[in-house]
This record gives sequence, structure tokens and C-alpha cells, in this order.
Amino acid sequence: MLGLNSKDQKLFLVVIVVTLLAPFILNPFPENSELAQFNAGYPDLMQRFAIFGIFAIGFNILFGLTGYLSFGHAAFLGVGSYAGVWMLKLLSMNVVPAIIMSVIFAGLFSLLVGFVSLRRSGIYFSILTLAFAQMSFALAYSVLTPITNGETGLQLALDDPRILGVSQIDGSIPPTNFFGLEMRDGFELALGPWVFTLNFGYYLCAVFVLGAFYLSMRIFNSPFGMMLRAIKTNQTRLPYTGMNPKPYTLAAFVISGMYAGLAGGLMVAMDPLAGAERMQWTASGEVVLMTILGGAGTLLGPLLGAGVIKYFENIFSKINDTILYEWFSFMPDGLQDVFVFLIHPFIGKGWHLTLGIMFMLVVIFLPGGVVEGGQRFMRLFKRGDKGSKSSGDAARSASPAE
Amino acid sequence: MSEIGKAASRRSVLKGSLAAGAAIAMPTIFTSQAKAAFLNDPGAASTVTLGFNVPQSGPYADEGADELRAYLLAVEHLNGEGDGGMMNTFSSKALKGNGILGKKVEYVTGDTQTKSDAARASAKSMIEKDGAIMITGGSSSGVAVAVQALCQEAGVIFMAGLTHSNDTTGKDKKANGFRHFFNSYMSGAALAPVLKNAYGTDRKAYHLTADYNWGYTTEEAVRTSTESMGWETVEAVKTPLAQTDFSSYITPVLQSDADVLVLNHYGGNMVNSLTNAVQFGLRDRVANGKNFEIIVPLYSRLMAKGAGANVKGIFGSTNWHWSLQDEASKAFVQSFGTKYGFPPSQAAHTCYVQALLYADAVERGGSFNPCSVVEALEGFEFDGMGNGPTLYRAEDHQCFKDVLVVKGKENPSSEFDLLEIVEVTPVAQVTYAPDHPQFAGGQLGTCNPGA
Amino acid sequence: MDAIILQVLNGLDKGSAYALIALGLTLIFGTLGVVNFAHGALFMLGAFCAVTLNVILNTSYETIDPDRTDFLGNPLKVETPYIFDWFGPEVGGAMIEWSVPLAILFAIPIMVVIGLSMERGLIKYFYHRPHADQILVTFGLAIVLQEIVKYFYGANPIPTPAPAGLVGSFDFGVLLGFEPGSIIYPNWRLIYFVFAAVIIGALFAFLRFTTFGMVVRAGMADRETVGLLGINIDKRFTIMFAIAACVAGLAGVMYTPINSPNYHMGMDFLVLSFVVVVVGGMGSLAGAVAAGFLLGVLESFASMAQVVDLFPGINQIIIYLVAIIILLTRPRGLMGRKGVMED
Repeated sequence: MLGLNSKDQKLFLVVIVVTLLAPFILNPFPENSELAQFNAGYPDLMQRFAIFGIFAIGFNILFGLTGYLSFGHAAFLGVGSYAGVWMLKLLSMNVVPAIIMSVIFAGLFSLLVGFVSLRRSGIYFSILTLAFAQMSFALAYSVLTPITNGETGLQLALDDPRILGVSQIDGSIPPTNFFGLEMRDGFELALGPWVFTLNFGYYLCAVFVLGAFYLSMRIFNSPFGMMLRAIKTNQTRLPYTGMNPKPYTLAAFVISGMYAGLAGGLMVAMDPLAGAERMQWTASGEVVLMTILGGAGTLLGPLLGAGVIKYFENIFSKINDTILYEWFSFMPDGLQDVFVFLIHPFIGKGWHLTLGIMFMLVVIFLPGGVVEGGQRFMRLFKRGDKGSKSSGDAARSASPAE
Repeated sequence: MSEIGKAASRRSVLKGSLAAGAAIAMPTIFTSQAKAAFLNDPGAASTVTLGFNVPQSGPYADEGADELRAYLLAVEHLNGEGDGGMMNTFSSKALKGNGILGKKVEYVTGDTQTKSDAARASAKSMIEKDGAIMITGGSSSGVAVAVQALCQEAGVIFMAGLTHSNDTTGKDKKANGFRHFFNSYMSGAALAPVLKNAYGTDRKAYHLTADYNWGYTTEEAVRTSTESMGWETVEAVKTPLAQTDFSSYITPVLQSDADVLVLNHYGGNMVNSLTNAVQFGLRDRVANGKNFEIIVPLYSRLMAKGAGANVKGIFGSTNWHWSLQDEASKAFVQSFGTKYGFPPSQAAHTCYVQALLYADAVERGGSFNPCSVVEALEGFEFDGMGNGPTLYRAEDHQCFKDVLVVKGKENPSSEFDLLEIVEVTPVAQVTYAPDHPQFAGGQLGTCNPGA
Repeated sequence: MDAIILQVLNGLDKGSAYALIALGLTLIFGTLGVVNFAHGALFMLGAFCAVTLNVILNTSYETIDPDRTDFLGNPLKVETPYIFDWFGPEVGGAMIEWSVPLAILFAIPIMVVIGLSMERGLIKYFYHRPHADQILVTFGLAIVLQEIVKYFYGANPIPTPAPAGLVGSFDFGVLLGFEPGSIIYPNWRLIYFVFAAVIIGALFAFLRFTTFGMVVRAGMADRETVGLLGINIDKRFTIMFAIAACVAGLAGVMYTPINSPNYHMGMDFLVLSFVVVVVGGMGSLAGAVAAGFLLGVLESFASMAQVVDLFPGINQIIIYLVAIIILLTRPRGLMGRKGVMED
């Protein structure tokens, strides 16, 4: 079915179910409980999971398959975002043209950058992509201010033309919509002490992330994907077989650039603002980390990695001392202070520290990333079973990329 | 220590009312914006949640930490704990120390990372997840403008923290956004007369400007006001944001015939450019027969600390300083100092005041509805908040108040005593028309209650 | 003319910092084959060795002065450093003033210990792991290190001035026959340049003229063969890692009077130093040094108003533009060797 083998079919089915039920799965704790702090099922974060998931899935098509480590992918996301906001400013608040233009612009830009950068390989390639991205960032922040609005970020205004829409409704900028369906609107579902938010914006992102995931599965299993893996395995020997690897790598580069553009387009569709920091090397580094953390070269890894990093950024940074005291309020005073003191450096403003420690722990103990962690976990239960089936899974991910 | 219950959000209120009516297993579906008159209406709940969105990581983390301290203090005072601070000196007496409209004030915190994307993500999670009714804080204009736009779209009030760019209440002004902090224009207007007295009218100025939005507006403001008193601008050079070593921008100053250097830099940029300028002997230089001078239009005590002895004798402007001797400032310093052991920064002051002003506006308007708050704050005149008589102007939601011109102290008595107040520039001198060219473009729009 | 000479000096000064960091980075690449994203953090730790020494020297006891009051109106607590009591205020004061140069002695053992424990405790296990894993683990380590520093010292820059005797400027122009006062340059920046030159020279001499250095160079060229000869190359590489850490740390110590250190200064230099290493060519020490100075000088020239007027924004992107041009015209950077980090 769908041109997938049965194992991938199962995986895809699981991803579909998880994605569609995310608002429930991510809100496991009742609204009033102490643990509600860890709920992630609110629209903005769910959208971010999906958007960065797309970004990382696309990055993995390049990095996971060909082994080319781009350190400048954030630039494509940024270019896509700017193109998207301009469409919202000039054309209409319908997100479809914005997303299409984001993908097109990011694709063109990645074609240019890829064409030049792919003349080198290894770390030389990485530095070339990094240089392009840093140049884009620096120029967007300063000289290109008329196009990008510099530091402030490009945003909508009440006097934008919006030739196919309206400039303003009663002194407000109209919200982004998908043929009339407002992205920020949705339903709330109260089930006993639980409250779930079903947001239209998230479901639009979910459709795209499923499409992106499906496409990446098809690429992984296609002759094209095979070719890309061959490039990773042995770049020098390939030409001897009469193959020219260059067009294939460039195609992979542009595809992943378009994925980044799609992520950028969705970002502005959900929240119509494009800031230059999106293109900074730290942003490019973030998608690299997401992919490696999840498991480079695996199908599911990038999606998981993106989720983990965004979860830490948005949930851990919001825990403050007051909340800690509340958690440990059942303890006697002195003990409570000790516990708060011990945990304090890792939460709130210390969320970076927790993230750094987690990077190290994952890479030290789970060389294949989160996906390998999951596989080991599964194997623990399957130990009675014959190990042949799981070793097949491992083989896919055990060829870590570089 | 303190017992603070779970943030009562709109959702928990809804949940409460639903649990009473509907059977547990019966799902109830309704669109998010159908019922309430405005977004995150606390309704009948006993608490209300404010969102404190400050930089907790990145180069402005210390400033953010000070802002957060001020917010916690404001929450204490609003809830009737502590000594009341500036609530006792505030000219409006609507606040009674029983929370806001009788609802206990609770809060959530977030990290802006001084990036507009991260700041918006954090503000959104406060609005969507925690049901915050107002967002406040921030330590840069880029973030302030981005979050202000978000709050306008979402339909909550934004009380800006430290943001100095003209654009926040100029071309990027929004009906739901309010700024207490002063701006680039006011810095220029306040500094010019003091500079005239100190350095004369025949000066040649060289500008180094951070290459982003705030830098541009500050350079423009200082240039306009100094040129109108007779100074000449010989050169204005933009420096990259990521620059750490400014030597290659300082040496051309030595080559020029300028006798004043204006550093339109903030934060780490300012610490480094000032340190480098002093390193290259600009302070000891004599040009055109006059002593060479350096000016830093926007000062903060935290930055002055980073630059160490280099700030001595250097003029700049600031929104507020803890050494002010009016009753309100003394009350605030007393209350902050007793709780934390050191005096508050100007960022802390503006954030504390913003929190109180918001609470007061809700009390006076009698509702948490953003449109009611906007109405209560527009044209609001008050005193007793440390800056003398102040007006929240209706046209652009900018506060008009006295501006301090300060100078790096020659003999600091402690690590906090780095600046001395040279002059308190009266508000009339820094007031401008709402359609002033430096603030042109942009519209407030109408208030958005989010429903 | 004098403007250009000044910019060359600026460039050499910036280049010194780039070269010192890049040198350590390329040593680690070359010897261990490890992509060390924590190298910038080592530079930062060096700078904070100077800050820490300053704090230690300033460790004080409090006495209450009833005649003066603090900002809250309470009696003022006067702090007196212990060393004032031990050595007298004059010697004690001089020690505090000279804390940055003293910090060199303080930093060497600390950086060596940090380097050794980093290599033995962590990097060792990553020799045969893919570069991606090395990046993730060293990046994580860099974050952890800088967050620890932030926890203790805050996010603000901390002023660490040079000794008063070394503040001030040197009239460089007179040496070259220019008018007095036309080319003056801060003493400490000249010291930094000389310091960098000495370190670079010493390191090259060490690698060229000692047996140890010879073995290391041989190991860089062909690790396996050297191992087959019965030489314990791993131990030597560990020592090289410590030396690289030490070089980065000393670069950091000496940098503190130029710019006040803060916890993220390492990250600011990290990307730049990677560009420097790659432009210089992977596996080439001389290339790293040459590229460091080259990029430093070009960066300075690009910031001149005359140049920016011609090419707006050039000062923002010059380093990356040059990197792209060099990598496209010279496939392995300035002096890179074939086959190093190309796969």
C-alpha cells in the first residue's frame, strides 16, 4: 500500500495516529495537577514540533543519506520565512500562496548555495554552507533591512496592500487562514479534569508533516535514495562505475532546502513574523543537533530529536523556583530547600545546562540517538524472541552518518 | 517558603464550571473564542495570571534576572505582602493590596533568549497554556516589537520592559502595547543641552552605531539634537552586531578630526567598544585644541559595571537611577534592597512600574478586558513612581516623564555606585509631537480583546 | 598610509587571537581526528582563570564602619582583602593589579588538568566514532562548561583591566619615521601580539626540534605506522590535547584586558576559529596561523569607512566571503593536506 513495504507501512500508520492524536498524547496530565507543567499539548508548541520535525526530516535526507553535513540549513528556512511574510503582506492572508512561495524561494536559494558548496566535500563543504548562511544572516540583520526589517523582524502592518485580501478589519490585521479557516482557531475539549485543544493551525502542520514524512520514506526506499547512500559509502569509487554523483547530491540538497522552506512557510503561516536570528549558525546547528540526537539516517529520528529539543526549550525554561517549592511542598521545610537548591541550576534559566548534559548522555550511551534508545528498549522486551527481526532494524540505523 | 497555588487559567475556570455541570465522561465541544468576552478572562476564578517574559539565557540574562526580581516584588506588593513599595507613593490609590480586582496575582515566567522567535514562542505558551492575561518584560527593542505585535494579534495587553528604540511607540506601535521606558529621541533631547554646557557648541562628532534598528534610531536622535545646537557630525560608521573587538573601528577615529565619539551601542557591544576606545587613549587625547570626549547615549548600571573604570566621566542618559532622592524612588530602593541586598537597576524599575500601572488600570477600569485597560491607561496622568509627574500619551502609548542625564562616577563608593545624576531633564524638553518624523508611519489600530 | 598601518596592526592583533585558537583546534584535528566544538569553551575557561584569580586575591573580610552608611541607610560594611593583611596594602594591591599576568601561572596547571581530564574522560571514547557524534558530545560539553561559568559569574562581562603600568599607548609611528602621535597603539595589544608570536614559535619549535614533536608529527601523518613501530602514540596525543587546551586557555587569559570576558565569549570565537582552520587547510599548523592573521587583517581593512562605502555590508561578511573564495579556488584551503577530513 502507498508504495511502502509492510514494515514502513506500520511505522507510517503509527506516525499518522500519533500525529493526529498529539493534542491528547501531549496533554497527559490533568489541568490542575502539579504535573500539568509538563503538558505540551498547546497549539504553539505542537505547531513547533511539526514544523521543526519537517525541517529535521528534510535535513536528514541530505545528511542521513549522503553524509554531507550542511551547517547552513537555517538560511533556507529564513529565506522561506521572508518569502512567506511578503506574500502575506502583498497578496492575501491565505497561507497557501505564502507556503508555496516559501518552498520555491528556499528551493532556488538552496540550488544556488548547493551548486557552489557541493564542489567540495567533507568539512570544506560544511564550512562553505556555514559561510553562506552566516552571510545571509549578517546581511538580513543590517544592510538588507528594507527587505527584512532587520533586527525587529519582518512583520505585517495595517497598511499592507494585500491585493487579494483586506489590509485591515476594524483596525486589526486579519488572521492567517486556510481558505477562511483561521489558523489560530480551533476547539477545546474538556474531559473531566483534562482540557484538550484541537487547533486548526496544528492540523494543517500535521498534514504537512505527514506528507513530508511519507515523501522521505519513499526517498529512503527509492533507487534515488540508494544512490545517495552509495555516495555516502564511497564517494570516490562511484564515478568509476560510470555514475556522476553530483546531480544526485545536488538534488538531495535542494530537496532538503525545500523542506526547510516549507518549515519556514508554515512558521509564518502560524505566526506571521520572520526574524533574522532564524538564519544564524546556532539555528543551523540546532537542526544538526536535532537530527543527530534523534538518530541520523533513520526515518523517525529527526522527528523525535526535534521534539525533544523543542520540548526542553519551551517547557524546562518555564519552570521557576516557585513551581519547585510547590512540587516539594509535601516535604519538611529544610529538606524542601535542599531539593530546590539541588534542582534549581537545571531549570528555568538553567535549561541550557540540562540540554547540554542531555546531549552528552545521549551520545555517550546511545550512539544511534533516541531511536537506538527506543530499539534497545524494545529489544529488552523481545529478548525471549529471536533477535533476527530487531537486528534488521538496527542495521538501518547502525550506519551512523558523518 | 512561599505557597503559591497552580496558575488558574481560563482553562481551569472553564473546567471548573464544566465539571459542575457536565458529567465527567461527557465531552463538551465549543470553539475557543465563543464564550468569553475577551481572551483568558479569569471570570469567577480567585486568581489571575500574569506572564513575565524576560531574557534568562544569552548576553542579557543578568538584566532579565533583575527584571524578574522586580516583578516578584511587584506581585508581593500587589498581593498585600511586603512593605508595599511604590504602591504607597503612587498617586492613584485604586490598588488595595488585595491582588487585582480582589483576585490574587499569580505569574508564569519564560525565557525570551533575546530572540524575537523565542520570545514569541514563550509569550504564546503563556497565553495558550497558562492563560496569562498580560505579558510584560524584555530587554531589547527587537523582542519588544515582536512580542507587542503578537499580543496585539492574540488579544492581550503587552507592558514593554526595557526597550529604547523609537519604533516601539513609533512605526511599530500597537493599541495593546504600552511603554514606560524612555526612547532614543528623549535621550538625544535630554543629552544635547548638557553636552552643550559641558563641551560647548563647536564640536565635531564621530558616531559608531550598532548596525540594527535600535542603533539607527539612536544615532538619528542624537545627531539631530546635537547638530541643531551647532555640532558637526564628521562620520557615522555602522558596526556589526557580532563585533567583539572594535579596534578597527576606533583607529579611524584617531585619524579623523573629530573631538567627540558617540557610541550608539548597548549591552556587550557598548562594554567592548567603550573599553577599546579608552584603551586606544581617546580619553587622554586632545583634538582641535579640546579634550576628546566620549558619549554613551543609553546607559545602564549593569553595563557600566561591565566596563569597569572606563565609564568614569562619560555622559549618557538613563530612565531611572537608584540614587534619586524622591520619596517614590527611596521607597522602591528600600523595598528592593531589603529583599535582595542590592539596589535595583533601571530595567527592574521600569518593569516594576509597568506591573503596577497595569494592575492599577485594571482596578480603575473595573475589568481585565484589554480594551478597558487600554482606555484606563490612555491619557493617564500619575505621579509617585520615581520619575515625577508622568503621562501615558493616548496617541502612541508612550510615557512622558523626566529623563536623567548621568555621568560615570569618578570615585565610586561601591560596586553599585557607578553613575551620578548630572541633570534631571524636565519632561517638557523631551516631549515631541506624535507625528514627529522620527516616529512617522505605523498606526495604533484598535484594541483587540481576542474574542 | 598611517591609517593602513594602523589597520594592519589591528588585523595582526585580531589575527593573534584567531591563530592561537585555531592552532589548538587544528592540533586536535590533526592528532586525534576529533572535531572539538568545546575548543571555544577552553578559550573562555582560560579567560575565567584570570577572573577567578582576581576573585581569589580579592577575597575579603568585612568590618563595619559605623560612620558611613550603605544605600539602605545601614552601617557600611567595608571589605578588606586578606592579602592586604598578609603582604601589606602595597604588595597586596600590586598583586591584585597584576592579576592578569599572574593568571598565566595560575592558568597553565589548571588548563593542563582540564585538557587531560577532558581527553581521558571523554574525548578518548570518541576517536572512532563518527564526526557527527563528536560534534554532539563536544557541543554538549561546551554548553555545560559555559553554563557552569554563567552560574558562578553571571552573564554580564566582568572587567579585568591590565596592570596600570601597562595601560597606555606606544608611539609606533616614531619607529617608522612618522610624525609623533600619528600611529599610537595600546601597549597591551602589542603585548598580546608578541605573546602570541612567542607561543606559536615555541609550539612550532617544540614540534620540529624535539623527538616528542617528531613522533607527534609522524603520528599526524600516519598514526597506524607509528603505532606499529611500537611507539605509544596515544599517550603523546593525550599530551598534545593538554597542550592545545593550554594554548587556548592562555589566549583567553591574555585576552581579558582587551575585552571584558563573559560566559559566551567562547561561542563567539568558535565558528570563526573553525573557518580559520578550514581556510588554512585541514591538518596544517602553519596554514592555521597564516589564515588567522590573513583573516584578521582582511577583517580590519573591510571595516574601514572607505571600503564600506564602496561595498555596503562588506564588514559584516568579509570573513565568510574570503572563506568561500579561498575554498573554491584552493580545494584544501591555503595549506591543507589531501585526504584529511574530506570524507
